[in-house]
Amino acid sequence: MSRPRYKLVVDPIACDGAGVCAELLPEMISLDPWGFPIIHGAEVPPGLVDLARRATVSCPRLALTLVRIES
Amino acid sequence: MSAPVGPTRLLDTTGGPDVVGLDAHLQRWGPLPSAGSKALLDAVGRSGLRGHGGAWFPVGTKWRAVAGSGRSRPVVVANGAEGEPASGKDRYLLHHSPHLVLDGATTAARAVGADHVVVHLTAEAAAGVRAALDERARRGIDGCSFEIVVAPDRFLAGQESAAVATVNGKSPGIPTFVGIRTVREHGVAGRPTLVQNVETLAHAALIARFGPDWFRSVGTAESPGTALLTVTGRWDAPRIVEVPLGTTLGQALGIDAGTARGIQGVLLGGYGGGWLPTATALAMPFAEETARAHGTSVGAGVVVLLPTGVCPLAEVARVVRYMEGEGAGQCGPCVNGLDVLATSLEHLAYRPRSLRGGVAALPTLCGLVEGRGACHHPDGVARFVRTAVDVFADHAGLHLSRGPCQTTRPFLAVPTTPVARAR
Ligand code: SF4
Ligand code: SF4
Repeated sequence: MSRPRYKLVVDPIACDGAGVCAELLPEMISLDPWGFPIIHGAEVPPGLVDLARRATVSCPRLALTLVRIES
Repeated sequence: MSAPVGPTRLLDTTGGPDVVGLDAHLQRWGPLPSAGSKALLDAVGRSGLRGHGGAWFPVGTKWRAVAGSGRSRPVVVANGAEGEPASGKDRYLLHHSPHLVLDGATTAARAVGADHVVVHLTAEAAAGVRAALDERARRGIDGCSFEIVVAPDRFLAGQESAAVATVNGKSPGIPTFVGIRTVREHGVAGRPTLVQNVETLAHAALIARFGPDWFRSVGTAESPGTALLTVTGRWDAPRIVEVPLGTTLGQALGIDAGTARGIQGVLLGGYGGGWLPTATALAMPFAEETARAHGTSVGAGVVVLLPTGVCPLAEVARVVRYMEGEGAGQCGPCVNGLDVLATSLEHLAYRPRSLRGGVAALPTLCGLVEGRGACHHPDGVARFVRTAVDVFADHAGLHLSRGPCQTTRPFLAVPTTPVARAR
């Protein structure tokens, strides 16, 4: 059985653009000129999954989710 | 009843009445055959019919997903909201041939196992559809219940999740984030929901009668059948035209691509579509796959031939400002990005010296909004702008070197200058 693969998804309606996620996961998230997150990479690298999960639970608006990629 | 031959299927171009009533409809097409769910899913799947609301998604795949989603009885939404200001074909079809659309809706309901159909339409189409539903109820020809819901007059009213929000009586015409769970599983009243454009349903009604092979006898392998277009710029007023997919626009509109004069560029797919050079647009086979290969989409069938004597940059700026105002104001990148994009285009159109970063700034801004909204609204605006920058590059150069156009008249319809009645 292969290891599950994940991607990060932002709900842009819920997101407040305060940028907590970009501080916690700069490897994958930068901010646009207005402070809203830009996700880099279509898949979370295996070594970053734990950090990515931490970023999702720290998002004050629960706007960031880790979604399993169906293969 | 024999299957129609020739280019028109949905529109009666034989000089019959403008509104096809139930008797004339049954005389022309015969009653709907009573096929079951499996046979209908199979026929629609094999026909290759794709969604004419703008997305061109394979209809068979969508119907199967809703039919198989399980938990509760699905609902069908026949979507005629048509918020795009340059489009009039859905309104016209509902006015001209409401029974074909309603036949398509009952076909879809039978296929996916729904017992309720919501007809979601513009205010002006409501009376005609209500009369058609009364006619049908008197004859008792439908096996499901119907309801009419009038869409708000907004660009995004027809967007799938926005349509469901309207029907559910919540924030009408405002999209919701469906990144994880789509309306196919959780839509009207929390039930699995099929939202399907009214023209698509009309095609489905003919497939139910004449079969997938007949349907495929016209069109391309990937986009079979015909399509209704709303054409602006060819005649005094916009007109609705039915064309076999795969024919060139030049052929369909009677314009020779080689000698076309007086057209600066062609917009396909409306304000979320894209611009093409005139010769390309007139000579390419009109179909979604070809449009995509050229960086645009045929969308909901909007075709605008932009005449000379109009400043294309001023037009693009007006439309993008309108699109910015029509955004639902919910997502940061869309709210901020479209405003900056509109302002930059206004600079290019009216005060080119103030455009910081020059024309190259525009595609960069497009990149900042693409794929970052809850719906595809910003993606469509970005495509509209990117293609305009390419097609009108020379004109932009003139603005930057010599200054803006001194006089220009507005041409593209934005709701302060509504589209004249189609036909
Ligand atoms: S932490 Fe959450 S709310 Fe804040 S910017 Fe990131 S996604 Fe948006
Ligand atoms: S992307 Fe724009 S139009 Fe779409 S839901 Fe978000 S704010 Fe509204």
